[in-house]
Amino acid sequence: MNIVLSLLAVIILLLLAFIGVDVAGWRYFFGVIMPMATIIVFILGMVYRVIKWARSPVPFRITTTCGQQKSLPWFKASNLENPYNIWGVLGRMFLEIFFFRSLFRNTKVGLKDGPRLVYGSTKWLWLGGLVFHWSFLIVFIRHFKFFAEPVPAWVLALQNLDGFFQIGLPIIYATDIALLAALTFLFLRRVADPKLRYISLAADYFPLFLLMGIAVTGVLMRYFTKVDIIGIKEMAMGWLSLSPTVPEGISSLFFMHLFLVCCLFIYFPFSKLLHMAGIFVSPTRNLANTNRIKRHVNPWDYPVKLHTYEEYEDEFREVMKAAEMPLEKE
Amino acid sequence: MYDAGKIIIGLIIFLIIITFPVWYNIAMGKATYIPQLEYPVDAEQCVADSAYIRASHMDLLNTWRDKVVREGERVYHTPDGRRFEMSLSNTCMKCHNKKEEFCDRCHNYLAVDPYCWDCHIEPKELVP
Repeated sequence: MNIVLSLLAVIILLLLAFIGVDVAGWRYFFGVIMPMATIIVFILGMVYRVIKWARSPVPFRITTTCGQQKSLPWFKASNLENPYNIWGVLGRMFLEIFFFRSLFRNTKVGLKDGPRLVYGSTKWLWLGGLVFHWSFLIVFIRHFKFFAEPVPAWVLALQNLDGFFQIGLPIIYATDIALLAALTFLFLRRVADPKLRYISLAADYFPLFLLMGIAVTGVLMRYFTKVDIIGIKEMAMGWLSLSPTVPEGISSLFFMHLFLVCCLFIYFPFSKLLHMAGIFVSPTRNLANTNRIKRHVNPWDYPVKLHTYEEYEDEFREVMKAAEMPLEKE
Repeated sequence: MYDAGKIIIGLIIFLIIITFPVWYNIAMGKATYIPQLEYPVDAEQCVADSAYIRASHMDLLNTWRDKVVREGERVYHTPDGRRFEMSLSNTCMKCHNKKEEFCDRCHNYLAVDPYCWDCHIEPKELVP
């Protein structure tokens, strides 16, 4: 049901763009208003969500650790697994963000030969996720050629590296294949395992289908049909220089691609995709474990009103004396 | 203790990166540039109509390359019965003889880096 709903949502979005451009002729809406609104919603949405996180207090260090804490000098401390200074944290965050280190430790539980419960390492999610994220990043950066004039040399270099094997014409980008393969794997992974399917929500399938739709329309435009990319770049540059135009002759396939991208970026700050920002502010990852080395004072501590035993005795001395209770001071 | 200060710095870095195309184009000052091509002045008809050439010239050249290099076939028959030598340097570049004002304008605009010139000599080098 979740799968059908998500798929239906993406198909409706595609049809909306197709009908909107080809039948209703709302080229200005799909080519200018929608993308420019997307840029604003995406940036403001990201800022809003991150500032909301930034307002939370960080009273203590809640690092997850799996290595020797910094202790007496003759204990070998593990700065990556149990960071005790900024370098440990930076190293840990770098490996986490670029190589998904904690996902590399992913394990699987299963029953073997009847009642035997076994835990095994499983790297498939790590590999699929890594391939997806890296190819998507490269595809994203490659698109910078539509937003910059002159195109910087490093974009050209990246794109030449991506098409290193010079297969086909236009040259097939390795990341296009890797992206589609990884998305297919990540989808099948959710469907193939009944346990995983049970916990998968529409919010898990929808971004997958959305990304698949974007990748497929993009691949169609590059390898199978031709679109007027001069006009497309002219339009994209128009958004940035705030002098938007919609050149004639851009096919509806491009508008379908663009509309899905807009939906992705509008959806981004308000969904699980926000883990892009979240990974930087995960307190279990980005804090050094200095709970023992430094004193951490609770920020909302206020001076507590004390009533010491001495004062108590002064207050009730006569009564206590009468009841023959022992007193500190006579 | 709050970490808002550090998070705001991170957020500002994110904003600078995500708005980079805007700053880049302001700095370069070519945001409204649209490539204009210099068409040959004294040429007859091209080997195909301009809509096809505009969209699919690379497919045509690729087919020509395969035909000439792999099959040894050198003559191209257009659907309307004209004949051309299948050659980038001798047929295409005979009329479109200014690479920089014709080929490169669009290719540079869209970061297309065709490997034609890995083998072919750029026409300007032929001019003494």
